Amino acid sequence: MTERTETAAPAGAAPPADRPSPVSPAPAGAPVHKGAGTPGNGTGRWSGDAGESFRRNLGLVGVLVVLIVIGIVTRPDLYSDMNWVGDNIMSILTLASVVGVVTVGMTFVIIGGGIDLSVGAIVALAGVWSTTVATQSYGAGGMIFTAVVVAVCVGLVNGFLISYGRLVPFIATLAMLVAARGLAAEISDKQTQVSNNATINGIASNDVLGIPVLVFILAGVVAAGWVLLNRTTFGRRTVAVGGNPEAARLAGINVRRHSMLLYALSGLCCGIAAIMLTAQANSAQAAMANLYELDAIAAAIIGGTLLSGGRGTIVGSLLGVIIFATITNLFAINGLSTEAQNMVKGGIIVAAVLVQQFRFKSLTQLLARNKLRSTN
Amino acid sequence: MTQHDPLRPVRDLSRRRLLLGGAAVGAGALLTACTSNDNGSGDGGGEQVKAADSSANPNSAPGQKVVIGFSAPAADHGWLAAITKNAEAQAKVFSDVEFKTVAAGADAAAQRAALSTLISQKPNVIVMLPHDGKELNASGLEAMKAGIPVINLDRAFPDALAYRLQIKGDNYGMGVAAGRYIGEQMKAKGITNPIIGEIAGMDELELTKERSAGFAAELAVFGFKVANRRAARFTADTGQSEASQQLQALPKMDALWNHDDDQGIGVLAAIKQANRTEFIMVGGAGSKAAIDAIVADNSVLKATVTYSPSMASSAISLARLIGQGKGMSDLVELQVPKEITLASETITKENASQYAKLGF
Repeated sequence: MTERTETAAPAGAAPPADRPSPVSPAPAGAPVHKGAGTPGNGTGRWSGDAGESFRRNLGLVGVLVVLIVIGIVTRPDLYSDMNWVGDNIMSILTLASVVGVVTVGMTFVIIGGGIDLSVGAIVALAGVWSTTVATQSYGAGGMIFTAVVVAVCVGLVNGFLISYGRLVPFIATLAMLVAARGLAAEISDKQTQVSNNATINGIASNDVLGIPVLVFILAGVVAAGWVLLNRTTFGRRTVAVGGNPEAARLAGINVRRHSMLLYALSGLCCGIAAIMLTAQANSAQAAMANLYELDAIAAAIIGGTLLSGGRGTIVGSLLGVIIFATITNLFAINGLSTEAQNMVKGGIIVAAVLVQQFRFKSLTQLLARNKLRSTN
Repeated sequence: MTQHDPLRPVRDLSRRRLLLGGAAVGAGALLTACTSNDNGSGDGGGEQVKAADSSANPNSAPGQKVVIGFSAPAADHGWLAAITKNAEAQAKVFSDVEFKTVAAGADAAAQRAALSTLISQKPNVIVMLPHDGKELNASGLEAMKAGIPVINLDRAFPDALAYRLQIKGDNYGMGVAAGRYIGEQMKAKGITNPIIGEIAGMDELELTKERSAGFAAELAVFGFKVANRRAARFTADTGQSEASQQLQALPKMDALWNHDDDQGIGVLAAIKQANRTEFIMVGGAGSKAAIDAIVADNSVLKATVTYSPSMASSAISLARLIGQGKGMSDLVELQVPKEITLASETITKENASQYAKLGF
């Protein structure tokens, strides 16, 4: 796995992708291994890939169980009340919902070989734009429309700069981070804009069958993301573009357009997240969603998404977000400081990446070494 | 996603583009109109100014012309925005004041550069709210050496030579005021061992530590202590997420102090989302939204302790007096004092009407 991705440059640095030639095979995922989700030319070597991501996700579930057990041991008084436990699970999922939606978009961008540092800024801009006095006069529909369209447009600008302007994704989205927050501050005049729309605010305060609406939205976005990544041509192309853009281009994929769409997709997720966050906070301001880009990238990475592209799962990213939310919850119920919580978060990120590297290097290298030995 | 077929006739593509383009232009026009924040009555609270009434106060009679240079960081928070707005509004009240504002830029270095330019223009007095008192100390000294009195707004310089007047709020006093209100309320309700929560602001700031220290010290007087403390980041969304977790940690609570009314919008939202009503909440700073909520009395928010941006208006009035060499008319001294610390006042339903015009 590592050997393969060393040659994979970020999508933005890819050589010019010419219009697909009519004689090239239809890009309907034909060269893609069934179930594996990665375009492989070797055999056997990739066959364990799906199993590997399953094992990894199982590991994350294990971490989650450990965190919950620590919670039970440290606060038995709270965990003995089943009503509280139900409430707490919903509270953790609600806490994870906004970052979770952003992370789904981020996962696509990273699998496609890019990075989007502007997600927090896009959430803030979309949130602020949708809560101006003028927008609020159009009602909930107008606010949702504004947030989504603004966020998708910003994502498209990101994608255009990266795909056609040949900017490195890191630079383009860093510039957008600064610019979008600036525009948000300009529009809001640096004030906190209170949302007076009962429908929007109700998104955060209403439940259906005891489950908060925000959790349903998260579930919907995750399900849609999973289907898009694993069951559509778009998803297979994403993996192909991120894994090896040159091979993807030769296979007839319009690499540039595809990368651009990935950033638009990330923008779409940010737009949905902006409405959710506005509903939660009953307001929007230019400084909101601060550092969400780092939360989303960290969650995707501990979820097993390869930072150089070509590999990743939506379920892993979701587990990553839930683990972070559970840590926050664990520290809150024990009355520990935010600083200690951030240190633990950092430690978990490093540990997760180390474990992944160790596993992969050792497995593939061990196999290769054993083969060498047995043939000699 | 749609399949891209390069063999598709060009005509079809152009029609699609036309439709998309039309929709994009329409949405663009609609969205541009949506950036307006004009609600016809002006935004948020009004400016906090003292009218120039020379019959009541001979000091406000027009006198020698004073050029006041002003520098404050770009506002990313309602309180800072109110500081700049108040300073401008108060300067307009006086016909003998010329107000020169320079942008403070993004950080201390940018503000230092802006201040050097300002000093070279030789205003009569400089009023500044530094990014950081320690880092801007040198700029204060430079101006004082050039013979320009410096008024430090809220963020103190370590060096006493760097300023003529320092006017600031009382962070420790805010904590004390909040602690006293909660202590008295608990005593009145006969709760001997209350469960008290605290949602602080940015923990890396000195002012947050002072506020929390004052709160803890005053609660200790009553024999109470904080059961759970979370630090948010002065924004509504972080206030909401920290409060939601604190409510999980304290399934039953008697009182809550939230350091900042801007983040309080989120804290109140979290409380509403969790359907909790069993405790009282005290805010901080004294925003217009918080005062309105206290008057309406339909939420857990029963009081807020002030840290008023009106200090910017007072700073401009005092800058004018210093420029004209006058003292404060109620005091015996012929010159303005060197240090003024505002008292943190407690706004409750009973006295809210007096403070309504001071909300920002």
